[in-house]
Amino acid sequence: MATSTTKAPAGEEPPGPPGKTGGEGTAPRRRGALLHRLDIKGAPYAFVAPFFVVFAAFSFYPLVYTSWISLHRVELATLDVMEWVAFDNYVELWGDSRFWNALQNTITIGVISTVPQLLMALGLAHLLNYRMRASLFFRVASLVPYATSVAAAALVFTMIFERDFGMINWALGSVGIDPVDWEADKWPAQVAISTIVIWRWTGYNALLYLAAMQAIPADRYEAASLDGASRWQQFTHVTVPGIRSTIVFTIVLSTIGATQLFGEPLIFGQGPNGVTGGADNQYQTLGLLLYEEGWKNYQMGRSATVAWAMFLLLVLVFVVQRLTKRLRRTS
Amino acid sequence: MGTFGSLRTRAVATVAAAGALALVVGCGGSDDSVTGGGKKDGKVVITMGLYGVMGIKETGLLEQYEKENPDVDIKAEIAGDEQTYYTALQTRLAAGNGLKDIQGIEIGRAKEITETQSDKFADFAGMAGTEHFLPWKESQISTEDGKVLGLGTDIGPMAVCYRKDYFEKAGLPTDREEVAKLWEGDWTKYVEVGRTFKKDFKGKDVAYMDAASGLFNATVYGYPEQYYDDKGELIYDKNPAVKEAWNLAADAAEAGLTAKLRQFQPGWDPGLANGTFATAVCPAWMLSHISEKAGEANKGKWDVARAPKGANWGGSFLGVIEKSPVKEEAKKLVAWLTAPEQQAHIFKELGNIPSSQKALDADDVKNATSEYFDNAPIGQIFGAAAQEIPDKQVLGRKDGTIKDTFSQGLALVEQGTSRDEAWKTTTERIEKAVG
Repeated sequence: MATSTTKAPAGEEPPGPPGKTGGEGTAPRRRGALLHRLDIKGAPYAFVAPFFVVFAAFSFYPLVYTSWISLHRVELATLDVMEWVAFDNYVELWGDSRFWNALQNTITIGVISTVPQLLMALGLAHLLNYRMRASLFFRVASLVPYATSVAAAALVFTMIFERDFGMINWALGSVGIDPVDWEADKWPAQVAISTIVIWRWTGYNALLYLAAMQAIPADRYEAASLDGASRWQQFTHVTVPGIRSTIVFTIVLSTIGATQLFGEPLIFGQGPNGVTGGADNQYQTLGLLLYEEGWKNYQMGRSATVAWAMFLLLVLVFVVQRLTKRLRRTS
Repeated sequence: MGTFGSLRTRAVATVAAAGALALVVGCGGSDDSVTGGGKKDGKVVITMGLYGVMGIKETGLLEQYEKENPDVDIKAEIAGDEQTYYTALQTRLAAGNGLKDIQGIEIGRAKEITETQSDKFADFAGMAGTEHFLPWKESQISTEDGKVLGLGTDIGPMAVCYRKDYFEKAGLPTDREEVAKLWEGDWTKYVEVGRTFKKDFKGKDVAYMDAASGLFNATVYGYPEQYYDDKGELIYDKNPAVKEAWNLAADAAEAGLTAKLRQFQPGWDPGLANGTFATAVCPAWMLSHISEKAGEANKGKWDVARAPKGANWGGSFLGVIEKSPVKEEAKKLVAWLTAPEQQAHIFKELGNIPSSQKALDADDVKNATSEYFDNAPIGQIFGAAAQEIPDKQVLGRKDGTIKDTFSQGLALVEQGTSRDEAWKTTTERIEKAVG
């Protein structure tokens, strides 16, 4: 995709080097040539300008301004009163047990939700890749959870996981298992939240895998079956290597998504418990901690600090990943 | 083809660049009216921002006002949850944008508003016909220099709602007078009755009360000072009233008397509908919630008895935004909505107790009964409770947040954390929240 767009304007360039047209001498022609050159050189920038202007206004400026706020003590009600505190907020955050708790929760919920999600997506994509009746229906159906809003999905799951009258505890009760307090206990709560994430994103990832699988040439499977490879061997030795880059892509996306997890635990907790991620902060993620600092405690400075910590965390993950890759290559 | 192509390219590029510029410029624009209200074609449009069940829209008062004043058009927007509402209000006050002409203010936020936002609200001081409130109500929304930022709607005098059928199964009296005698004068007696209930109740899976946090609020709001002293200093960690309320609520939690529910959250509603608890400490405004969520099936099973001690939990005000283009009209509307007749009307429809002394003294308020609660004389019970509310009530900036944090701390005790550890966690969290 990227290569074809950059080539297009170059293809429209008339034959001959631009210096030759400039050497003809007459003024209007020279101006025309200048305009033309500007056109060729400048147009691509103009085309990408909308994205970058929007990016600057809605991403880069907030990023910079957030870092500025994080160096101050600011309250939500009085945003214009800023008291310079340098890196106090960062130091405080480093020593705050709630931050480490939230970080740990973010990681554990991230793992509980991402690993089964991607494995299930892979399996689902493999099944959808078979020739079968109504394949379009199943493909669309697998995408429906993704099209559901976080709020609606989380609300329904919250009711399903309700302690006294929820469907899951009712089902557990009918086979003689004691009811689980899904909200108040740490691991059940994290599993419940992960379930919402898994439900919403499995179909989406499955479709990404499916698209990649369909790009694998059929003759590879033919060759594999000629060599006597079983279905499972074909899957592990042809399909998975064939969609490797897509798998990496989904892992990156899921990692970013897991780091920013916010809506699901907020709605799952309901009211004050949503904001603090449970009465004991047992499922408070970094996103929720940010929200609690900013919109419950009204401390925008501390909230901005959490936002930057989350950003730096992603940068750190990226750097570590790069380093291990390089190390593996050299060794 | 080449020339045509580059011409088109140029045109598109220009449009793209211009569009990008327009996007940036567009962000700087702003509306003329900050509140959405105004005067259009001889009609006055007044906007309102409310929360919960304040009864203003629900009981048809707005339509009545529009009928009596044909040139007025009122648009009310109601948020379900006060915390969400207040967060949005804070953001809008800070931005000076997206506000309504009239904004509801909950008592837990009154201090913060009077201390930090007083210049953004219109002054009601000295307005004619607004002298009918309880003596303490209007002082809660007044600034130090005498500005009155709103008029009171309801107050939250306390009673105890209880299930008569469950009391009978536990061998306790069911008559509301006798029940009130069981715990007269002391909240610890209420917990003692709970121990008897737990021991003697024949049946299963019914807790004595819904949540420890309800008992905590009832106890702590019976004192003039809770989390702040009258100089505005934080005293939540050394105030004996807070400690007493905490220990009493923790007693109830540790004895397993609570259903471990969270009030006003979704798990609480099916608890009401399915009757998983026998009592709830209920401020007047909670009656409409109970009758709605417990539903027709439980009609007549619930009753209301006097609380051990008077206390005020909750209540609201209506304020007008200073910059509103229809400030005077909005103030007039607020004065009308909070006038004794209208407060009495809301009480009769929903049970919210008037903050107006004059309305409290009206015969049809005094003699009101609730059909749902087995014809309990709620006018008499809550009217008497309203007079018991301490005349001096010290409010603080972060009252609402601190109250929520204590509720969560008690939830920890209900889940098995020791009360000392939960107290430590709670005070640490409050330090974070107020710092």
